[in-house]
Amino acid sequence: MHSNQGSPSEVVLHVVSGKGGTGKTTVAAALAISLATNGHRVLLMEVEGRQGIAQLFDVPPLSYDETKVAVAPGGGEVWALAVDSEDALLDYLEMFYKMRRAGSALRKMGAIEFATTIAPGLRDVLLTGKAIEVVKRKEKNASNAYDFVVLDAPPTGRITRFLNVNSEVSGLAKVGPIKSHADSVMSVIASPLTTVHLVTLLEEMPVQETLDGIADLEANGLPVGSIFVNLMRPPKLDAHQRKAVAEHTLNTLEIERGLEAVGLNSPELIDSLEREALDHTQRVDLEARELQRLEDAQRTIVRLPLIPAGIDLGALYELAEIITNSEVTK
Amino acid sequence: MTSLDIDALLSNTDTEIIICTGAGGVGKTTTAAALGVRAAELGRNVCVLTIDPARRLAQAMGLTELDNTPRPVIGVSPGSLNAMMLDMKRTFDEVVEAHADPERSKQILENPFYQALSSSFAGTQEYMAMEKLGQLHQDDSPWDLIIVDTPPSRSALDFLDAPARLGSFLDGRFIRILTAPARGAGSAIGRIAALGFGIFTNVLSKILGAQVLSDIGTFVAAIDTTFGGFRERADATYELLKKPGTAFIVVAAPERDALREASFFVERLQSESMPLAGLVLNRVQEVDAGSATEEQITAAAQRLRASGESELTASLLELHAQRMALKERQKHLAARFESAHPAVPIIAVPAMAEDIHDLDGLRQIGAELADKNNDW
Repeated sequence: MHSNQGSPSEVVLHVVSGKGGTGKTTVAAALAISLATNGHRVLLMEVEGRQGIAQLFDVPPLSYDETKVAVAPGGGEVWALAVDSEDALLDYLEMFYKMRRAGSALRKMGAIEFATTIAPGLRDVLLTGKAIEVVKRKEKNASNAYDFVVLDAPPTGRITRFLNVNSEVSGLAKVGPIKSHADSVMSVIASPLTTVHLVTLLEEMPVQETLDGIADLEANGLPVGSIFVNLMRPPKLDAHQRKAVAEHTLNTLEIERGLEAVGLNSPELIDSLEREALDHTQRVDLEARELQRLEDAQRTIVRLPLIPAGIDLGALYELAEIITNSEVTK
Repeated sequence: MTSLDIDALLSNTDTEIIICTGAGGVGKTTTAAALGVRAAELGRNVCVLTIDPARRLAQAMGLTELDNTPRPVIGVSPGSLNAMMLDMKRTFDEVVEAHADPERSKQILENPFYQALSSSFAGTQEYMAMEKLGQLHQDDSPWDLIIVDTPPSRSALDFLDAPARLGSFLDGRFIRILTAPARGAGSAIGRIAALGFGIFTNVLSKILGAQVLSDIGTFVAAIDTTFGGFRERADATYELLKKPGTAFIVVAAPERDALREASFFVERLQSESMPLAGLVLNRVQEVDAGSATEEQITAAAQRLRASGESELTASLLELHAQRMALKERQKHLAARFESAHPAVPIIAVPAMAEDIHDLDGLRQIGAELADKNNDW
């Protein structure tokens, strides 16, 4: 295991990224339920305005107010929040300058939109800054408001830039208030309090993007966590059978006899079954090769199965249980 | 379902621009490359503009590197195929250099605000993709068909919206307000600005710092005098997209989210009267149609397992049933899309067992795209 992976017990902020179409939001949601298991309070955040979390948990669209969306086994709670950069800016103005009212007036003029658009890095600093605010937030009794925060982050191709807010704003502002805000955000993101998980499928392009993403994050001193391999399907044919398929030595007589026994014997069906067996074998081989490439990256790998009926609330709990039993949350 | 006739679209010399769009991860770039190969083999002179291709895909076209200049792909005839990857910063720089004298363009290119804007502003990529498309589509260009793969945005709609957003941002009234003092008082906008200016710059300098504000001011003053409104340029390209020679192809995977995204996009194109050619439903599950139903196949597999007659046959039947079930679910999602958008032609492309490695792989996808008899 890599030294900068941090001791998992210290991690409070779990950032989840992945190539588009890999199920990043689903994994973030399942991870949130898993972390909430046994009485923890977890906040699940999304930053891209897609309302993916609301759809998954089947609740009305989320706002900037934290809302409870699920309970976890053992009395935990999952809260959710959709962060919008304008709201985050008003928050920022209030927190540091007590300027909420002025901010609201400016928002009406459209100036807030302008300000969040003007500085390319500003939007990201505000979004990550909100995550850091939640991570650091204390209750009256000085305990943490949330035990864990899960951030459904932008895709792998943009994740390093998104998290590396320091270098993003430094091109623009070498000194000044936004620079010091970025510095304080960075002191949490590039620390053992944070870990970045990547979600992938066992296909060439997402795996390549994951490996590139890990290299990129590491090069920028950002803490890489686990790889979640999503939508895994167990092979239907064992290694022995797949070898026979690949060598075209499948026992056709046995298949014929089998089909005869259940009244389905036809040359067309045998033909289909053999073609599908070949297709399946090629796919399983490809998946094994891709899994090996991921294993070579020396990270914890969490395998999540394809849920044939599709993702609903029940499926999230099923995936959460698998994550709970893995090393990620130990 | 109305079938999308890809060969008719590609062979028609009136088709000058094809834009492949859709959610991330559905195979847009591969589709764009496969369409490019097929069109070139149908005799067109094609340029494929990709945004962020996987290395593997560039290699599939025999290119060791893709850069901001079209590079010829070897082994495609009787037409020709070139491919390029958008370098958004380089393209932005070229726009500046084309419109400003050397001294002023140096001033703009060195401005820190310009450097941040041109390399990381959300929307610059879309804006520059359209800018590049405009350049490639000039009257004297060697290509008669340009195929564009859209940026991996949060939403497919960003491709349509981002250029206008960047344009109106740069032309917007707050940029005007910021530069108003420099232009002298007296104008109406100057007077209005004076009221809000104090509070506005106060907040901005709190957030951004005074140095950033002054960089922005210098930048705006420099571009303002060198070339016309950004919004105008964005509008002009937007108009190009509406012309009859343009065809949008929406790419989706047979999954709920991807199809929802495709629906949004199709509705948007229709409401703006933009030329939609159809939907490519990518990576669908194919199963040979037999007389037995999925239930019968599953039941037969169970009987074989129970009797111990043939584990192999039972496994093969289970595999078959699994595929039938997947196909059924995908067809259900496709049918929902179809009933919402009955006029949109669709073509289904089967999932390949292996990833694409070479031109033959792209040809195979091209053939599937053009297969009108595919009755998936």
